[in-house]
Amino acid sequence: MKKNRSHVLPGFGLSLGFAIFYLSLIVLIPLSMVFIETAQLGWDEWFRIVTSERVIHSYKISFGTSLAAAGINAVFGLIVAWVLVRCTFPGKRLLDALIDLPFALPTAVAGITLTTLYSENGWIGQFFAPLNIKIAFTPLGITVALIFIGLPFVVRMVQPVLQNLDKEVEEAAESLGASRFQTFRKVIFPELLPALLSGFSLAFARGLGEYGSVVFIAGNMPMKTEIAPLLIMTKLEQFDYAGATAIASVMLVISFVCLILINLFQIWCRKDRLAKG
Amino acid sequence: MHPSLETSVDTNSSKRRRGAKAGAGGGINTLLIGIALLYLSMLLFVPLVAIFVKAFEKGFGVYWAAITESDALSAVRLTLFVTAIVVPLNTLFGIAAAWAVTKFHFRGKQVLVSLVELPFSVSPVIAGLIFVLLFSPGGVLGPWFVEHGLNIIFSVPGIIIATIFVTLPFVARELIPVLEARGGSEEEAAVSLGANGWQMFWRVTLPNMKWGLLYGIILCSARSIGEFGAVSVVSGRIRGLTNTMPLHVEILYNEYQFSAAFAVASLMSILAVITLIMKSFMEWKTEQRANREVH
Repeated sequence: MKKNRSHVLPGFGLSLGFAIFYLSLIVLIPLSMVFIETAQLGWDEWFRIVTSERVIHSYKISFGTSLAAAGINAVFGLIVAWVLVRCTFPGKRLLDALIDLPFALPTAVAGITLTTLYSENGWIGQFFAPLNIKIAFTPLGITVALIFIGLPFVVRMVQPVLQNLDKEVEEAAESLGASRFQTFRKVIFPELLPALLSGFSLAFARGLGEYGSVVFIAGNMPMKTEIAPLLIMTKLEQFDYAGATAIASVMLVISFVCLILINLFQIWCRKDRLAKG
Repeated sequence: MHPSLETSVDTNSSKRRRGAKAGAGGGINTLLIGIALLYLSMLLFVPLVAIFVKAFEKGFGVYWAAITESDALSAVRLTLFVTAIVVPLNTLFGIAAAWAVTKFHFRGKQVLVSLVELPFSVSPVIAGLIFVLLFSPGGVLGPWFVEHGLNIIFSVPGIIIATIFVTLPFVARELIPVLEARGGSEEEAAVSLGANGWQMFWRVTLPNMKWGLLYGIILCSARSIGEFGAVSVVSGRIRGLTNTMPLHVEILYNEYQFSAAFAVASLMSILAVITLIMKSFMEWKTEQRANREVH
């Protein structure tokens, strides 16, 4: 029946042809440049650049802060999703709409706002200053910016799963004598885990590449608060294209591996679910 | 990649059942609501309010001066110009890609869908870098363009092409689930009743996907107006010439003109708020439709 359909409806050649042409021109050919340039660089030179101290530090900072931010978002994202699905309180709709703000707000705007709020005399930073916690211009500040950027991922992955969860299973668990905590840990949590992990990895992957919201709050001190995308930017401004490309090639490979892992994981979860019936 | 961009469909009856039960939650739920409210206020609500408070901190006069000053106006003009070119192109691509992927079966379809989403997983800085590698005078295509007197990098065409790259997935991503859910039977009926391709598109396909299309276009516009990293790489940041709104915000901020920076930022934030309202409206629409189908 589906074979038939392609004979009836018009525009297959035109739409597919245009889509592939456009994708090649805008995405595939330009992206391949990174690997062509890296290949021209030679293995030794590439290795020297990506293992230099400043670059290694920037990778460590990018990884550490993205991991921390994604972890915090996993915990609080789960709580937020729970509250939005299972609780009723005034202003819930508004809150639900607000979750997507990090997707809609320009990253530079987020960057200057968070810096202003979380600096020592800012609205929020002033509460942390007496505790001797500096947020802006430290790795903590980078983490705050990445928490902001990654916030919607976990919430939006977990929310629909929680919504479609079969309430009867929970009720059965409770009527069989399980406590609320046991019901959550043994019945609800395993169902949410795949969505939670997907949200976590998406937030992590997004955090690795984030630039706009981080540059303002980071302070950008080499070896301390310099993230990998910023180092690419610095190299570009010095017209060190080879250096920038080498750093970018590592970042690209890492994000592709993340993307493939997320996809495989989601396919695996779907199959697992089908197998269970 | 972006889970939030899909509108969730849920039957209302089951929602109501849950709503009724939630009241029995008691202490733990109240605690969790408290935690969620605190978390979201510190990260979302307070920052959003702060943008507008900081913008008007020094009075309306300063605000008005900041957004009507000539560099600001030319930044607004350039941003709108770039958006006016980027959005129609990506809309055309989105419709073509969604049509091919949802109405036909062919080998490598899943690969095509993944490729459409690829720009989401590339750092904006790298998105800028690849076009510098292609078009800079020392790059692959650069010498040819320089010979013909065309500057791509550090000028407007570079900004446009980098923005196209970054915002490419938005329309396609919104349309694919909409067209997939509809199936192809309505179009088939139109064609078998003698409609030609354009008639079918304008009278059947377009009305069916109009809300998804509109939301995709709004997201694409919001992102192309706000894109910072990629544009920052390929623009020379020449005031009045290659300075977009986000770059202008950066310059003002780095010059310690905070009120002016937040004034320009507030203009972009209004657009972000419109995007959020639009999304809520779309979800409400989908819910209504699901409701109608249940009863």
